[in-house]
Amino acid sequence: MKFVDEFRDPAAVKAALAQIESALTQVPASRKPLQIMEVCGGHTHAIFKFALGQLLPDDIEFVHGPGCPVCVLPRGRIDDAITLAEEHGVILCSYGDALRVPGDKGSLQDAKSRGADIRVVYSPLDALALAREYPNKQVAFFALGFETTAPATALTLKQAALDGVENFSVLCHHITIGPPLRAILDDPGIRIDGFIGPGHVSMITGEQVYDFIAEDYAKPLVIAGFEPLDLLQALAMVVKQIAAAEARVENQYRRAVTSVGNRIAQQAMGEVFMPAPESDWRGLGAIPESGLMLSEAFRPYDAEARFGIGRTSVAEPEGCGCARVLRGQLKPHQCPLFGTICKPQMPVGALMVSSEGACAAYYQYRAGV
Amino acid sequence: MTVLAKDAIITLAHGSGGQAMQQLIETHFVAAFDNSELALMEDQAQLPLAELTLAGDRLSFATDSFVVDPLEFPGGDIGKLAVCGTVNDVAMAGAIPKYLSCSFIIEEGLALATLERIVQSMAVTARQAGVRIVTGDTKVVHKGACDKLFINTSGIGIVPVDRQLGARFIQSGDKVIVSGTVGDHGAAILQARGELALSGTLESDCQPLNGLVEAMLAAGSVRALRDATRGGVAAVANEMASSAGVGITLAESAIPLHPQVRGVSEILGLDPLLMANEGKLIAVVPAQHSEAVLAAMRAHPSGAEAAIIGEVTNGSAGQVKVSGPFGGERLLPMPVGEQLPRIC
Repeated sequence: MKFVDEFRDPAAVKAALAQIESALTQVPASRKPLQIMEVCGGHTHAIFKFALGQLLPDDIEFVHGPGCPVCVLPRGRIDDAITLAEEHGVILCSYGDALRVPGDKGSLQDAKSRGADIRVVYSPLDALALAREYPNKQVAFFALGFETTAPATALTLKQAALDGVENFSVLCHHITIGPPLRAILDDPGIRIDGFIGPGHVSMITGEQVYDFIAEDYAKPLVIAGFEPLDLLQALAMVVKQIAAAEARVENQYRRAVTSVGNRIAQQAMGEVFMPAPESDWRGLGAIPESGLMLSEAFRPYDAEARFGIGRTSVAEPEGCGCARVLRGQLKPHQCPLFGTICKPQMPVGALMVSSEGACAAYYQYRAGV
Repeated sequence: MTVLAKDAIITLAHGSGGQAMQQLIETHFVAAFDNSELALMEDQAQLPLAELTLAGDRLSFATDSFVVDPLEFPGGDIGKLAVCGTVNDVAMAGAIPKYLSCSFIIEEGLALATLERIVQSMAVTARQAGVRIVTGDTKVVHKGACDKLFINTSGIGIVPVDRQLGARFIQSGDKVIVSGTVGDHGAAILQARGELALSGTLESDCQPLNGLVEAMLAAGSVRALRDATRGGVAAVANEMASSAGVGITLAESAIPLHPQVRGVSEILGLDPLLMANEGKLIAVVPAQHSEAVLAAMRAHPSGAEAAIIGEVTNGSAGQVKVSGPFGGERLLPMPVGEQLPRIC
């Protein structure tokens, strides 16, 4: 399979591992083990799926970052979505992996079992199609995710406005990748030596959104693809920068990511969204200007305004270590709830829900830990 | 006697026990399934014991219900599935499947032509598998009480005296064989639902496996067989490992995958090892018989792409591991709920 097989070639993987080993010898002992944050949940998943941790030297420690949109979804937002479906009779459309995230009123899946009309869609356009199919019902799309999924929401809203589909709305919880990384770097309790930058997000944003990491915090970041070789090559690039005491934004994923990103997507986002003053992140708390809200022109499609939903703020469950795991202060299996009362079939924290969540990945692939 | 017009639909009358129901059964079910037991139109079938006791010393008995959406998909339909599913469950004991029962729960409004196609497909599949559908039942429910058509089948087969198959016989050192590419049915259904905007020509692997099982058992000894339906290879391997109290290690690169299944899985973030199959089995075979059994499978049309994909170990009991192409190992857990496509 093109673009897959060549990035899983064992000989090339071995060569990349050798580069990492060699670069590590140039890193002063006092800095080891290096703490490398892979920002994206897709990377977390790939690291476990391909057992890369077992191949790498002990001097590399991965810290699993906040780039799994489902994992950073606050409990209150799940409750808001359930309220829409249960109390306002709305057909609520969601991406599949948000269905098992627990809120205070259970998960969307629980609400569905109780009788709420909740549907899994693969694209917001499917939700818009449902709105056309049921002109007498209200249809809301639970708009989640980073810059990766925000353009699809934006284009769908533009289409809805163009066609005058008035029974369609959006419960907007889009977030952006830069602010949480800044929040993590500003936290004195967190030590990160370098970053593996997300692949899909960067296809939209381009490279510049990460400049502050190199310029303000003097940390290297390398944007990477999702295959084993992508990750190892990017890791080699990060370690080489650390060894040479450099801090630059580099791009290993040039076959997909350009330096300026996707201008059409950026333009659509610019029209439809504006920065929200503040957004809640599970584990990181409220971060200013880290999320998107609908712009003035598209406010009529805002489900919160249409149905009078106030943003619910809900505390994390007692004992849940998600917050500390997301900050790299705790390994998933060190959480007291891990594998005991928090399991993929009965998740307490969001990191156990999605296959991209660090806890689910630990549980699935290394149950012996 | 053509009583029902071609554009007719099923109504509640067809399940009422009266004339309409009798006509439906006679002109469609009895005619299609065409066997002397069913033609008697009794409330049960009477099966001659003498013939059965000559063929073996135990009955294998299984039941399964089918609720697939869409009813018809590339490579099969709910009727073919309903016959294959139960035939395969029966055959996994090493049994020779003989008789099926068949129960229809129909939502009113179903096009008669659709039901006719599905019934024909059941008849063809039953003949192919060498089983007879000898008794049945029909219910029609109000619109919305079921989704178009549900089918339940139960089946009986005979286990020959010399065949003792079961996960409890699995031993460390045995080889694990899969009868062909994995995940085809799951991926074909995803594609057929048209929700993914992915074009492709994937077909379900839905097929009866009793012929393949006969060929395998003629070639060598087999410890255990299981068809890898819902939950896929992952569920079967985990069930086998935990009931035998052994470890199983699968080699990722040895697992046969249709290129399109691989494509769908890569795009959606789904694991083909967890995806459903409807015509694939997992066999655990003593190492010394594995090459002979594999050769017999490959010589059979239902096993042309069979492969040895792993082995039984005395490692952590109940655990299934997958060794990756670079030497690392990961755990393959029992699937949890449905696989949910990733957000990005």
